[in-house]
Amino acid sequence: MLVLENIHLELETGEKKVPILNDVNLEFEAGKMYALTGPNGSGKSSVARVAMGIYRQTKGRVLFDGEEISELGISERARKGIGYGFQHPPRFKGMPVKDMLELAMKYSDNVNCQVLRDIGLCPDEYLERTLDNSLSGGEIKRIEIATLLAQNPRVRIFDEPEAGIDLWSFEQLINVIGSSHREDTTTVVISHQEKILNMVDEIILVEDGTVSMRGSREEIWPRIKESAECSCRYSCQLGGEIYADCPR
Amino acid sequence: MLTALDKKLLEEIADLHGEPPGAFNIRKDGKGIERRSLEGIEITPKKDQPGIDVVVNEGKEGTIHIPVILTETELSDLVYNHIDIGPGADITLVAGCGIHNPGSGKAQHDGVHEIYVRKGARLIYTEKHFAEGESSGKKVLNPKTVLVIEEGGYAELELVQIRGVDQTTRVTEAEVQAGGRLVMYERLLTGGEQSANSDVVVNLMGEESTARIVSRSVAQGNSKQSFNPRLLAHGPGRGHVECDSIIMDQATVRSVPEIWAENAEAELVHEAAIGKIAGEQLIKLMALGLTEEEAEEAIISGFLK
Repeated sequence: MLVLENIHLELETGEKKVPILNDVNLEFEAGKMYALTGPNGSGKSSVARVAMGIYRQTKGRVLFDGEEISELGISERARKGIGYGFQHPPRFKGMPVKDMLELAMKYSDNVNCQVLRDIGLCPDEYLERTLDNSLSGGEIKRIEIATLLAQNPRVRIFDEPEAGIDLWSFEQLINVIGSSHREDTTTVVISHQEKILNMVDEIILVEDGTVSMRGSREEIWPRIKESAECSCRYSCQLGGEIYADCPR
Repeated sequence: MLTALDKKLLEEIADLHGEPPGAFNIRKDGKGIERRSLEGIEITPKKDQPGIDVVVNEGKEGTIHIPVILTETELSDLVYNHIDIGPGADITLVAGCGIHNPGSGKAQHDGVHEIYVRKGARLIYTEKHFAEGESSGKKVLNPKTVLVIEEGGYAELELVQIRGVDQTTRVTEAEVQAGGRLVMYERLLTGGEQSANSDVVVNLMGEESTARIVSRSVAQGNSKQSFNPRLLAHGPGRGHVECDSIIMDQATVRSVPEIWAENAEAELVHEAAIGKIAGEQLIKLMALGLTEEEAEEAIISGFLK
């Protein structure tokens, strides 16, 4: 469904060009769930942002349903069916949650408020709340996830959906990501959470701006563990018992 | 008899579709053209100067519309309205001015509202400005609102001006007595060569008097905006001033909030921010399928909501 082919990405920081992605090749199929994992700064979010058109790759191609979409902007890609849930969603002064959900539903037929209930927010309480500093980081994040669910795209990319969310909500989050996944949907979750890595069909390990490994949980788990034990690269960001024996 | 243009202007400024509910006074091109008083809400024209007196009896509840429309060019309209909301009354008052300037001359409306919210009364006041015109004639609106909130009274002002008005100088002066509460929302959008100036002075006079002033504006094109909200606590009052502006294109925004306390128990806060639309906000909405222009419009519309 979604293909990233020989993707290279450089971003400008001041006068310098910094290499971010180096020859990333990924294919995401319909009906499958994927996890993108790897250390902080390895390029996971950049992969998602290239797919969404937020970053324009320096080299390579992006294809969707066999059609090259490299030259399409963010809006066009969204209308084609690619959706991205931000890691750090921006706040909008004055804009009610209801308006954001309506905008998300503009190009989908998923017109209901169930998405708020699904992520544990009462619509009666939240629909009129504004997306400003009156909401906590966790609330904003959950609303961001609800927005992506409301948008109902064919390719759904959740960027660290667990960040800032309490444990109880995290369970709900996992359930809703799993239950809303369909045969014609591709779900990509950028995450470090063991429970999320356990629920997907395939794990993709991104290191130093490239895909270092991909495969089933059984195939890839020893490599992640080895990497964690060798360098402690993940020890600060990865929870769960797998990393409890990290030497750091 | 209202024309189609009159009805359109009334709809824009007062959301009126046909005859207003409750008591009303409609002023067109410098003259009162329709008026209705109700039991406990008396509207009478002033004898010594242009304008009306609105007197609401004690404990009365209801809605009052007092819109002004201008449909001629080279017209300058000045009006003085005196509004007295009796003790314990609960009133929604919709004012506002709509200008359709058909020519190249100036059309101007200067309105002075003197409002008393008596003890324990409650007032929701909306004043919306709208202007349009096919030719180059300037549309100018200069409203002045003088408000006194007596002990235990409450007033909520919503002052809105979205596009169309070439030049405005808005003056709002309020005195909030002990236990009185004032909430004021000001929303403003200017574009092209328009200019807007807003001077607000709120005096918190007694114990437990509070005020919240929220000003949101968007300046586009070459427009110029200036905000000068002043909040003064003469006693142990509490107040908050918040001025937020989105600046675009070659516009200019000046925001100078001032807080002034004369009592050690007073608590006053001010915040002011001017900035462009954040790139991440645009990207977020574009990732929902909106074009950049649609995203910008949605952000502005939400910001001014």
